[in-house]
Amino acid sequence: MTATQAPAPITNSLTQGRLHPRTPWVILGLSLTAAAGIVSLLSASTDAPFSLVGTIALGVLFYLVMIVVISRQVEGSRKATDRFVTALVTGAFLIAMTPLVSLIVTVIINGSARFDVPFFTNSMRNVVGEGGGAVHAIVGTLLMTGTAAIISIPIGLLTAIYLVEYGRGPLARAITFFVDVMTGIPSIVAGLFAYALFALFFGPGVRMGFAGAIALSVLMIPVVVRSCEEMLRVVPNELREASYALGVPKWLTIVNVVLPTSAAGIATGVMLSIARVIGETAPLLIVAGFSQSMNYNLFADRMQSLPVFVFTSYSIQGVDTQAYLDRAWAGALTLILIVMLLNLVARLIARFFAPKLGR
Amino acid sequence: MSATEATEPTEAAQQRTPIRAKQRLGDILFSRAALISGSVILLILALVAIFLVAQSLPAVVADPEDFIGKPASLWDYVWPLVFGTLWSATLALVMALPLAVGIALFISHYAPRRLAAVLGYIIDLLAAVPSVVYGLWGIGVLAPAVLPAYQWLTENLGFIPFFAGPVSGTGRTILTAAIVLGVMILPVMTAICREIFLQTPVLHEEAALALGATRWEMITMAVLPFGRPGIISGAMLGLGRALGETMAVAMVLSPQAIITFALLQSANPNTIAANIALSFPESYGVNVNLLIFTGLVLFLITLAVNSIARYIVNRRKDFSGAN
Repeated sequence: MTATQAPAPITNSLTQGRLHPRTPWVILGLSLTAAAGIVSLLSASTDAPFSLVGTIALGVLFYLVMIVVISRQVEGSRKATDRFVTALVTGAFLIAMTPLVSLIVTVIINGSARFDVPFFTNSMRNVVGEGGGAVHAIVGTLLMTGTAAIISIPIGLLTAIYLVEYGRGPLARAITFFVDVMTGIPSIVAGLFAYALFALFFGPGVRMGFAGAIALSVLMIPVVVRSCEEMLRVVPNELREASYALGVPKWLTIVNVVLPTSAAGIATGVMLSIARVIGETAPLLIVAGFSQSMNYNLFADRMQSLPVFVFTSYSIQGVDTQAYLDRAWAGALTLILIVMLLNLVARLIARFFAPKLGR
Repeated sequence: MSATEATEPTEAAQQRTPIRAKQRLGDILFSRAALISGSVILLILALVAIFLVAQSLPAVVADPEDFIGKPASLWDYVWPLVFGTLWSATLALVMALPLAVGIALFISHYAPRRLAAVLGYIIDLLAAVPSVVYGLWGIGVLAPAVLPAYQWLTENLGFIPFFAGPVSGTGRTILTAAIVLGVMILPVMTAICREIFLQTPVLHEEAALALGATRWEMITMAVLPFGRPGIISGAMLGLGRALGETMAVAMVLSPQAIITFALLQSANPNTIAANIALSFPESYGVNVNLLIFTGLVLFLITLAVNSIARYIVNRRKDFSGAN
């Protein structure tokens, strides 16, 4: 009597059908072709231009439906869900990469129009319309970022040493917590702080490069502390103990053992923190102002910086609009190149100078 | 007897006090320098708070008649800005979070190993692209590109209040600003999610796969539960960044002092940070204090968001190994 009842189907991934590894690609190709056909027919009937975005969107939609249906028939529902999610995740990745790639391509294409020698040798003094350059902005950026680095790196590094080597109890916990808080300070608030601080001494309406450097270091210190702290914690305790066992004082242990071991990581962290603040616009717009002329003096007058140069070239366009836009894009390209260079140097330092820990 | 009495206390004292290292001058100087640097950070933060409060007090006590645009009260000036800040940041987060998790999963579990390393590097690089460049791109490329889509949305989905017309002629709407913000916070959130996904114990993953789970089942069973605090804290940090982001919004948005949920119209609520950046250079008198007051409000909002993120991460840290 049990023999009449059909046995429940046993699913086993080893005996179940599986799609050929190339099948999804074939399906993708077919769906894209079908989508291209439909879109071109539609655009021919409505006289609209052929839409590449529409084609890809429709093709991906076809693919999603097809792969789920086919995989469900051949491989079962669990595998079909897996294929569906794989397509979704890959799609999310491609969607997200589109604006990022578009950003890089646009900056390179538009920026190369004015990426020439005068751009790096001239300032904008007495320039109306074409010509001119950003050397005053580049000098300002280097001066202010450099000052910010000189202020932030010692404070940040010593704080990291305190947290890792000395810090116990409530003070260390408070510093850890407030470094976290500081990481979240919006850049514009840092600018307002620097303004409020300097307005106290120099009266309202103060604009100077040093105030910009202070604002930048407020943003930079927590980044330096975080990255240095991480690197110091990685140093194995055995190294410290070996040094103590040889009778080396604590401070010499730190200077001669801990810091050299983590030097590559610290340099990387410092480079990345500089790359973080070199593109800051908002605080410099507030406290350093903007200017058309060269200014080497950090303690007097307005000082232009590269990000603010990009912003003002865009927002305050003169008679020859295109010339101002070209300069803005060239400034953006310069800025991205500087940031990428810093990142690259940081990576190279990390790769070539990192100690071999025998792991 | 007298001899033992004399020696006993010293022996006891020797046992009680542990051997102390000799305090050298270098040691003292170095530890003091480290201590002072740590305290300087606390001092700076205290100064930030004190100066912001001190400089915004005049705006609190001033007559609203003196403010630019003559709002009825201080709150009337601040509230539309707070709304715009929260609204644009929320939109950005809603768009960016699923994508960030998707990219992180793609890099950590789907892409070939070699490709994954390169992609991780590219994502890190994009996190460092200055915001002013994103702003330039948003207004030069994105705004014209999305305009046809906006027109289609108002024509076909205009009955939904979010997409109500008339559509903006320039594309410089709050939705465009939110897309730019989303693109900006994407690398940061992806980096955090990827880190935490890569930390998933390999044994958990292999156990799931060995029991016959598909890749997606392995991810839902092993990776996502392990990575949830990381996803949450990544989202909160992204939100904090979107809240404080200045230049991209200032360049893309064409703002007004209004509160509206409509995404595609030409009248959009402004954000606190963008309003400060645009108004500050021309401000004078009590309006400067007014802007600093809005900055204080922004500081408190981001502080709250970041504290919640830290709290979530720290609460989970002890037993998940994720930090």
